[in-house]
Parts: sequence; C-alpha cells; structure tokens
Amino acid sequence: MANELAVVAVGLLAGVVAGMLGVGGGVLFAPALVLFLGQSQLHAEATALVAIVPTALAGAWSQHRYGNLQLREGVLLGALGVGGGLAGVAIANEVPEHALRVTFAFFLLVVAFQLVRRELRPEESRRRGELA
Amino acid sequence: MRRTLQLAAVGTAAGGFSGLFGVGGGIVIVPLLVLWLGYEQREATGTSLAAIAVIAAVTAGLHALYGNVDFAKGVLIGVPAVFGAVIGTWLQQIVPVRWVTLIFAALLVAVAVGLVV
Repeated sequence: MANELAVVAVGLLAGVVAGMLGVGGGVLFAPALVLFLGQSQLHAEATALVAIVPTALAGAWSQHRYGNLQLREGVLLGALGVGGGLAGVAIANEVPEHALRVTFAFFLLVVAFQLVRRELRPEESRRRGELA
Repeated sequence: MRRTLQLAAVGTAAGGFSGLFGVGGGIVIVPLLVLWLGYEQREATGTSLAAIAVIAAVTAGLHALYGNVDFAKGVLIGVPAVFGAVIGTWLQQIVPVRWVTLIFAALLVAVAVGLVV
C-alpha cells in the first residue's frame, strides 16, 4: 500500500514537472514503477507510456488555453514518428533487461545534462527561448 | 515539403526514444523545434505535448501487442500525473522555473544511480 501511495505521489510530481518544464516529467514514471512496484525495466517503460498519453493531453490542453499550441504541426510531427516508434519498441524488446536499464539510466543523465545546460546558458541566447 | 521532412525527422527521433525508453520524447522535440523549425520556447513546449500524446499512444499500443503493458499500474501513476500537469502548467506562467529545473536534474541523476546500483 505504501508503495502504491509512493507511485501516486511520483505521478503527481512528474505531472507538475511536465507541466512546468514541458519536458522530462515522463522519465520519472518508469523508474517509479521499477523501484516501487517491482516491474521489469521493459514492462515499466511500456506501462509508463500508458500514463504519458493522458498527461500529455492534459498538458497540451492547458497550453492551448495559453495560446502555445500549434495543433496541426504537433499532430503531424507525432504521426510522422510512427516509424521511429516501431523501431524503438522492437529494439527495447530485443535488448537484455540489464542493458535496457543501464541504457535508460544513461538517458536520464543526458536529460539532466540537457536541462541544466538550458538553464545555465548565457542570457543573450536564453532570451530567445525563455521559459518563464 | 522541406518543413514536412524536418517534422518527419524530429518525429522519427522522438518515436525512437519513446519506444526504447518509455518516454514522450519531449527532450528531443522541444530543442529541435526551437533550433531547427523556428519555434518560440513556450510554443515548442505546447506543440511537443500534442506530438507526445500521439507518439506515446502509438508506442504504448505497440508495447501492448508484445504484452508489456500493465494497464492498471499505468492508470495508478497516470491519473495523478494529469492533475499535476494542469497544476504545473499553471505554475509555469507565474513561477520562475530555474530552480525547479536544477532540482529536477539532480533528482534524475540520483534516480539513474539508484537504477543501476
């Protein structure tokens, strides 16, 4: 029960991060499912995707209200990503569990680095891409 | 045409990350929309969320065909996340996000270590 509550808390936190930063919230879902509910890395990733769909929809709807959504290009971008998705899912199912987990951990480090770099870049280039 | 090809390239990269790592792919989409397709940051963020919804629906469906999805657990973590996303989007308009970004980055490093050791 405590583990289920922890997963609910991570879900709420990840949603807030996703809404605030626009990126990255979903990366917390799979680790939470692995660490708190004992799922394998592969099953946690697959299950995380189910949670990402409504979260992204809610975020997109909120952003739409602030006039920040180019719906046609967004949907087109997603639809054109199906081939990449097929490849990614096929690879994830072939890779051994431990290798998938280590690769995922490395991906987390890349995401962290990317977020920090975005925050710490010089003011001049920040202005173009100011978030807040 | 050129723009459609650019969108296809960004979508393919995001789809690959999504299927492989169980993420939306926003970390790939947002910077590419800004640097390559001339989006303003907030617009890139909003638009990427729509793309992510489509991509994640596709990759979740593909993973389900392999029998990898536990739907109940997805709901358990996804429903609170929906409320969080609405709160977070609202906070984004009124709170500077720098400290959130840095704390979140530190958390990701800790989680990465926790997964491997």
